[in-house]
Amino acid sequence: MDLIRITDVQKTYKTGTVALYDVDLTISKGDFVFVIGASGSGKSTLIKMLYREEKPDKGSIMIGGINVAKLKDRKVYILRRKLGVVFQDFKLLPRLTVYENVAFAMEVFNYDKKKIHHRVMEVLELVGLKNKVRMYPDQLSGGEQQRVVIARAIVNNPKLLICDEPTGNLDPDTSMGIMKVLDDINKMGTTIIMSTHNRDIVNAMKKRVVVLHEGKIVQDYERGKYYEVV
Amino acid sequence: MKLFRSIGRYFRDAGKSVFRNFSLSLASISCITITLIVVALSIILSYNVEKMTEHVSSNTSIVVFLAEEVTDTQIDQVKNNIVKLDNIAEVTFKSRDEWAKETKDKDKTISIVIDSWPEGENHLLDSYEVKVKDINLIDDTASKIEKITNVAYINYGKEYISSVITIFDVIEKVCIGGVVALVLVTAFLIANTIKLAIFSRKTEIEIMRLVGASNMAIKIPFIIEGSFIGFFGSIIPIVLTSYGYNALYKFLDGRLFSSSLGELVKPYPFILYTSGLLLVIGLLVGMFGSYNAVRKYLKI
Repeated sequence: MDLIRITDVQKTYKTGTVALYDVDLTISKGDFVFVIGASGSGKSTLIKMLYREEKPDKGSIMIGGINVAKLKDRKVYILRRKLGVVFQDFKLLPRLTVYENVAFAMEVFNYDKKKIHHRVMEVLELVGLKNKVRMYPDQLSGGEQQRVVIARAIVNNPKLLICDEPTGNLDPDTSMGIMKVLDDINKMGTTIIMSTHNRDIVNAMKKRVVVLHEGKIVQDYERGKYYEVV
Repeated sequence: MKLFRSIGRYFRDAGKSVFRNFSLSLASISCITITLIVVALSIILSYNVEKMTEHVSSNTSIVVFLAEEVTDTQIDQVKNNIVKLDNIAEVTFKSRDEWAKETKDKDKTISIVIDSWPEGENHLLDSYEVKVKDINLIDDTASKIEKITNVAYINYGKEYISSVITIFDVIEKVCIGGVVALVLVTAFLIANTIKLAIFSRKTEIEIMRLVGASNMAIKIPFIIEGSFIGFFGSIIPIVLTSYGYNALYKFLDGRLFSSSLGELVKPYPFILYTSGLLLVIGLLVGMFGSYNAVRKYLKI
């Protein structure tokens, strides 16, 4: 069953740069998809469109029954409650502890304290940070900070996890650790779409690979390897 | 239940944010404090000046002396003609006998002079005391009364009144002009300080949006936080107004000049109203400042 259906999507920025052109893509529930391509190929624009940070000029993007392209600004939160987002630059709140950063995402839903505590501890255990709940982001390593971000992204049980170059700032060993966490999450049923430049990760994971070049999807491999496609 | 929980959370988060972002909160609070002190001074000054103007208005009257040989009918006619004019608030008759009694009571020498007049003789004049509605038009009204038949002459301390009115008018205008300018400058300063405070929390707003908080759910804690800042910002001005005005009133013994003209507004309930007004202004400035600043970051 399709979770994401992108049809005939086009995006041109005000500067005249064509970011995406005639993009068609379908992603099924439970898939793990890498989006790769050189800088300026349009992968960041595509990822941003999935969580409605950018709007397409043309075409439709259906995610779990919501037409993202037609979603009004004030209704964006409806989409975002169905997905989690992980960034290269973490975007953690420095004045909040690990626990508070993760709980922050649940408090938006007005869950009671008990439920929040139970679920936050559960996801922090999943990402291996149960013993660092009281620490602040600047007391953690890059890999640990990214684990907090992943915990925050999955704490509300999203159907879709969008990762925008999550290992971009991490060393190879830490990156593989993060991929292991993401793989575990995927195995639990969450669909993951991840943009990356990291050749080793793509080759090691042997997942579906979508290649973007100058705003178009040029290749789509079921169990792709980096060297085959770039 | 969920609604109460969210309202509780909004207040708790807003309170926490004020202390977490203490330096920027303090900057916003200071701005509001300065503005409200200026506002408080302007309220105190303008209210007192207004009271003095009112005092001059209500206590100034034109004394209309009638011709020496007037009949009772003519006295009534003069009254009718005065009442017909615009700007007349009250007309009171004072007979020459009342004048004689009043003057005798006030001055011993004059009392001796009056007593020396033969029995039944009174060289004083009958009069009307005329109070006007608008003190600024007193000259015009006085000149119209002067032209009425059987009016001998009038007396109303023309120069004194016009100079007092001019002074009060200038004070009020300078006060309002200065305050408007100061309030505008500080309001601009507040708006920017709050904007700066919220700019530093761009990431927080971005994350709130990313995790699925609705625009309303993002705005409300910031608006509540703004009201907290407004509340804290109004404490010092309220304390200064309450204690300061009371102390000033006691120190000056309730009056600015020796005459009753300079009587100050009584501290109660004046300071209660002023404090309430300062609190409301503080809350509104804080809330609108925050609302405006956060709105900018909610546009996609």
